[in-house]
Amino acid sequence: MAAYLKMPKLSDTMSEGTLVKWLKKEGDTVSMDEDIAEVETDKATMTMPSFDEGILYKIYVKEGETVVLGASLALILEPGEEPPADADQAPASAPAEKPAETKEQASAAEKSDTAPGTKSSAPAPAAAAKSPPPSVSSAPTAGGRIKASPLARKLAEEQGVDLRRVTGSGPGGRIIKKDVLNAPAGGGGGSNLGLLPAPGSRGDQSIPLTGMRRVIAQRLLESKTTIPHFYLNIEIDTEPLMTMREQVNAASTANGGPKYTVNDFIMRATVLATDAVPAVNASFQGDSILQHGEINLSVAVAIEEGLVTPVIRSAQMKSIKELAGELKELAGRAKDKKLTPAEMQGGTITISNLGAFGIGNFDAIINPPQAAILAIGTITKQPVVNAANQIVPGQRMWIGMSCDHRVIDGAVGARFLSELKRFLETPILLIS
Amino acid sequence: MASYDLIVIGGGPGGYVGAIRAAQLGKKVACIENDRAGGTCLNWGCIPTKALLKNAELYHTLSHRAAEFGLNIEGLSYDWEKVIGRSRQVSDKLAGGIEFLFKKNKIDYIRGTGGLAANGKVEVIDAEGKSEIHTAANVLLATGCVSRGLPFLPFDGEKVIGSKDAMTLKKQPKSMVIIGAGAIGIEFAYFFSSYGTEVTVIEMMDRILPVEDSEVSAALQKSLAKHGIKFHTSTKTAAAETTENGVRLTIEPAAGGDQQSLEADVCLVAVGVAPVLPKNAEQLKLTDRGYIEIDARYQTNLPNVYAAGDIIGPPWLAHVASYEATQAVEGMFNPQAKPKKVTLFPGCTYCHPEVASVGLTEDACKAQKLDYRVGKFPFAASGRALAVADAEGFVKIIFDKKHGEILGAHIIGSGATELIAELTLAMNLEATNEEIAATIHAHPTLAEAIHEATEDAYGHAVHI
Repeated sequence: MAAYLKMPKLSDTMSEGTLVKWLKKEGDTVSMDEDIAEVETDKATMTMPSFDEGILYKIYVKEGETVVLGASLALILEPGEEPPADADQAPASAPAEKPAETKEQASAAEKSDTAPGTKSSAPAPAAAAKSPPPSVSSAPTAGGRIKASPLARKLAEEQGVDLRRVTGSGPGGRIIKKDVLNAPAGGGGGSNLGLLPAPGSRGDQSIPLTGMRRVIAQRLLESKTTIPHFYLNIEIDTEPLMTMREQVNAASTANGGPKYTVNDFIMRATVLATDAVPAVNASFQGDSILQHGEINLSVAVAIEEGLVTPVIRSAQMKSIKELAGELKELAGRAKDKKLTPAEMQGGTITISNLGAFGIGNFDAIINPPQAAILAIGTITKQPVVNAANQIVPGQRMWIGMSCDHRVIDGAVGARFLSELKRFLETPILLIS
Repeated sequence: MASYDLIVIGGGPGGYVGAIRAAQLGKKVACIENDRAGGTCLNWGCIPTKALLKNAELYHTLSHRAAEFGLNIEGLSYDWEKVIGRSRQVSDKLAGGIEFLFKKNKIDYIRGTGGLAANGKVEVIDAEGKSEIHTAANVLLATGCVSRGLPFLPFDGEKVIGSKDAMTLKKQPKSMVIIGAGAIGIEFAYFFSSYGTEVTVIEMMDRILPVEDSEVSAALQKSLAKHGIKFHTSTKTAAAETTENGVRLTIEPAAGGDQQSLEADVCLVAVGVAPVLPKNAEQLKLTDRGYIEIDARYQTNLPNVYAAGDIIGPPWLAHVASYEATQAVEGMFNPQAKPKKVTLFPGCTYCHPEVASVGLTEDACKAQKLDYRVGKFPFAASGRALAVADAEGFVKIIFDKKHGEILGAHIIGSGATELIAELTLAMNLEATNEEIAATIHAHPTLAEAIHEATEDAYGHAVHI
């Protein structure tokens, strides 16, 4: 029987997917569970198996197109089956599967990465594939669409004239050829008195939201507006850590082992401090607080398209070597967008490290439903006052912590940070 | 004596349209006309000639192509008086229509000859010579033009005639010489030739319809020569005299050379038109060709006196006059309005095959050193044209190479004068080849030739 292959829900927060690549072409035979296409969700690119077997009769969604959940991607027929009369057109998409409610999730750990905003991630109303946004020249303005002749649009595009700054002299203010030819580059008709940006400045562009960007926007807005954040900062003397790191790396590389980053030590210190103050390893549940048994460490990784947070599970059981190895592997795949949604879900506390960019300290937004995120700054050399009250060269690093006050009180957060400081300033504890 | 917001002098396609637009704007308007409402166009130009040309085409088809359509006609003949009569009926009907429109729009229609009187006043002299003075806040002069004669060959209404006489000749001439191969000369050449008059056309320029694209001129000349019309292009009339039976012309090559003599029953002079100034026009500033000079708002050198239509100079076309009058009226009552001048207009010649064009000719593109490309589609490859046995001619469209801007369009063939509307609209909207190519044209229609010519310019025509 003819079966329509539909955009499946590949992650909890997914409301639409981009067909990255067809692995089968029209006319190919597909078997059940055979990979048929690559689909980019809000979090990752993954292969999609066929849910039917037969002949791939017709593909409706081109590579690169984004469609809502449930939209028909292709039609699969049984061998010898006559295609339905309307086979050439994708049927109007069935309503997308309603994203599951948070409460129905099985285990706390699994749902821990489910955004509170999931419910609002309802599919866009249009079932059809989205077309690329129109060219810059027809970008909407505050007043609506720009009325311009086709010729004027072509000329404007070629000459870099911004039609929004051109006054039309055609019927009803329509911009015609003459108006574009008379406009200086960038537009303006000479009437802007130099108040507007210099001619030839880069025009505004409308950048369509990727699935990832959409989720970042939605979840962080939700977090920042619904979670009562408060912020703590602590200064760490990194001299002992850096000294030890040098020794560890020397020994490790001598044996052909890996070099450890400062972040690797911070991960281990975070796990130990969390273990010491388990109250920070928790989630607000509305009528209760869930304190997690496992420490699942989310680490923010910047990639070209945005930000992902792969999770190192049961981090309390792992050595620096294991943590470092696992992060390296996850981060590598994150950059290739090869992480599965499962690998980014279930974190209980997050580390965000901008030290590599020279950031001294910053406040991070909590990654819900977690209750805390650490903001790691850069290590700077600076004059410090030592135990003998002498000013000597030293090195310091700021660590910030953003806490969900519904879960973590100031004293709890402070205790956690002081534990973290203790571990980092006594680094032997990290490898013992 | 009455007082008006606007008095229009002249009830042709400039004057009556301007009057109606002013009435629509809520103004009190009078329109003065000394002949018949509708002007030259409706009474002595566009309309009655189209009626005559329809008769001619029909008669020519029945007399020359009946067998092609499976018709056996014996004893086919025509009644010249009725041929002329039908065209007059059409004009009468339409002239009555204009008078109805005046009533409907509460415009005072004043019969008589209008002239400028002292400041803000207009004088009307009726048929009996009685004078009446009206006052007006604004005056629109739309007095038009009449056929221009040759100094050495004055009109006599019988042997030497202008276009107005040509459409009411009591008797069909056996032979006719037409001086001037513009639209008027060519239309009458086709008309008389269809009924068997021996027609010879003399043209100073090197081709007929000199304002049209030279390819179109050549194709038309070939077609009309087949129809039986003789042409002397690059030829001027050196001398002329009327004889007992008609006229005798002495013609010679425009560049000089041997003269020859031509005789015909009638000579139609169609060398152009001359302005008809209103009475007391001495205060008006004129162009060096004798037309009324106007500014950007169609205002003459006299305050609140405006002019539009043929009287302000070429192109002498009814549709141009209507446009100008509308612009002038809107400008006079709305200080914010910016009246526009005519820049883009279609030109049509209603012989068979018809000729229509808009924009630049290919020669003009060359002269302006434009970078262009040409798309062409012959009606011989059009299913519809073949089906209706009217497959002469072609569509030629000239595009700017870089942006696909339509620079000009030229059509020769049946229905050309209707087809040109699409291209005029396209040019006015600044559509490019892409918009025409992306527009589905119904099949089978002659208009498909426009689509195909567009595609041809880019090497994508399907049917040639």
